[in-house]
Amino acid sequence: MTELATRGAIEAVWRIESARLLGGLVRMVRDVGLAEDLAQEALVTALERWPETGIPDNPGAWLMATAKNRAVDQLRRKQMLDRAHGEIASDVGARPAVRPDLEAAIDEDVGDDLLRLILVACHPVLSTDARAALTLRLLGGLTTEEIARAFLVPEPTIAQRIVRAKRTLAEAMVPFEVPRGEDLSARLPSVLEVIYLVFNEGYSATRGDDLIRFELCDDALRLGRILVQLVPDEAEVQGLVALMEIQASRLRARVGPDGEAIRLLDQDRSRWDQLLVRRGLAALERAESLARPLGPYTIQAAIAACHARARGADETDWKQIVALYDALVEITRSPVVELNRAVAVSMAFGPDQALELVDALLTEPALSSYHLLPSVRGDLLERLGRRDEARAEFERAASMAQNSRERALLLDRARACERALDLKS
Amino acid sequence: MRVMVIVKATRNSEAGKMPSAQAFADMGMFNEELVKAGIMLAGDGLKPSSKGKRLRFSSGKKTVIDGPFTETKELVAGFWIWQVKSIDEALEWARRCPDPMPGEDSELEIRPFYEMEDFGPELTAEVRAKEAELRAYLEAQAKSKK
Repeated sequence: MTELATRGAIEAVWRIESARLLGGLVRMVRDVGLAEDLAQEALVTALERWPETGIPDNPGAWLMATAKNRAVDQLRRKQMLDRAHGEIASDVGARPAVRPDLEAAIDEDVGDDLLRLILVACHPVLSTDARAALTLRLLGGLTTEEIARAFLVPEPTIAQRIVRAKRTLAEAMVPFEVPRGEDLSARLPSVLEVIYLVFNEGYSATRGDDLIRFELCDDALRLGRILVQLVPDEAEVQGLVALMEIQASRLRARVGPDGEAIRLLDQDRSRWDQLLVRRGLAALERAESLARPLGPYTIQAAIAACHARARGADETDWKQIVALYDALVEITRSPVVELNRAVAVSMAFGPDQALELVDALLTEPALSSYHLLPSVRGDLLERLGRRDEARAEFERAASMAQNSRERALLLDRARACERALDLKS
Repeated sequence: MRVMVIVKATRNSEAGKMPSAQAFADMGMFNEELVKAGIMLAGDGLKPSSKGKRLRFSSGKKTVIDGPFTETKELVAGFWIWQVKSIDEALEWARRCPDPMPGEDSELEIRPFYEMEDFGPELTAEVRAKEAELRAYLEAQAKSKK
């Protein structure tokens, strides 16, 4: 390659190669912090050299060889140091040493490397926030700055979160073996939770002025699509990918021209992305063929699919959706899910039945600051013609909403109730 | 961002000549890499333009033109749809593509899709029109109630 490498091209290589590079290094040195340092040093070397030499034909192998040389250098230095200190070979048991057969280690399965990296980054000893930050950094190839921007928190907060996470992993002496069979399945929920958290943060941003942060949705989808290739026989992984593909298919229809939210039933379905719908339905089919009874992500995907298949709200199979919510309530026992079920009930059997269910949730402590509870209640009251009460509920919901776009939508609905009242009087 | 990567046609592809088993296998491996990396959304090959038809619109007249079409190098032989972070990333993946038409000069073309934000003004106009319609309808309803 004779052309000079631009920074953009090098960043592109990094985005493609960094996870595999880190995966290989973590396997070799069994320390996430050290592996990241080695990978970063290799990147710095590339940034120095490639603008002159051009990008090598196999940039992944180049980066790996460079990082590996560093690892060997460090190992030698450490051994010499140990020898100088009188051969203290005591910590071998406490902390797995660098494997001597580095050369052989490199040729091992790349898929295993990625899976190991995902499992370590999403290890249950870490908080969900720490897992999300570490996963985006190690597997998404995002910089600390990009992660901070995505989650709308200051950069030092994320940097600290990542440093602490790496320390926690080292102190907990998290094993680096890739579990198999049921042990692997048992580790996946904590991974799926993180991926879905990242997706949801993009899909309905909990803070800030933008309703959707597309980049985060894309990052989560990419992680999901990578994971599903690593463990294609895991039903819930297929289910989560199906769920994200179908939800992402509606992103374009979910925001109005001025950035305001548009509710599912008001969306212009011709704007739903049919390519993603098809991908989602195919993943759902795989998930459903892999396991019965269905897991929670697969059930949610099946609900999303009911909407995706219907040409309009009136053609939606609401009874099927209620049945799926029944199953989901059974598994999750989550009041938020019960609230969603109530919405489905209102469509299948009318708002009066649903209002009873929602009223039963009013004393639920987990929902006491959840803006969607008064929002749903307002919607039901409005449909029952009780507009005065509906307006009050929408106003209450608006005062609880964290996202300014959502708040605006709720205030609009409150005003609409008021206008309807004025017209009547 | 989403891009379409277009494989341009060649004399052989237009003649309907199938690639060698080796070329098939190489492309298969590349596709697998794309899927594993989570960037491939779709991709397919197209039959030669001799199997295609064109519809020409000209001053209100529509004319059907049967294939094959000339200007082979401008025709499309296949495509992928990739979800990537930047056009640089798409370019870097395209570099890793095995020669799509071994033995012939060929080209890949990378074209970004329009995204939401690109549609600003037209979308607003469309929604405004719908809103005006709705307002007129509501006013009419309100009047009829009085």
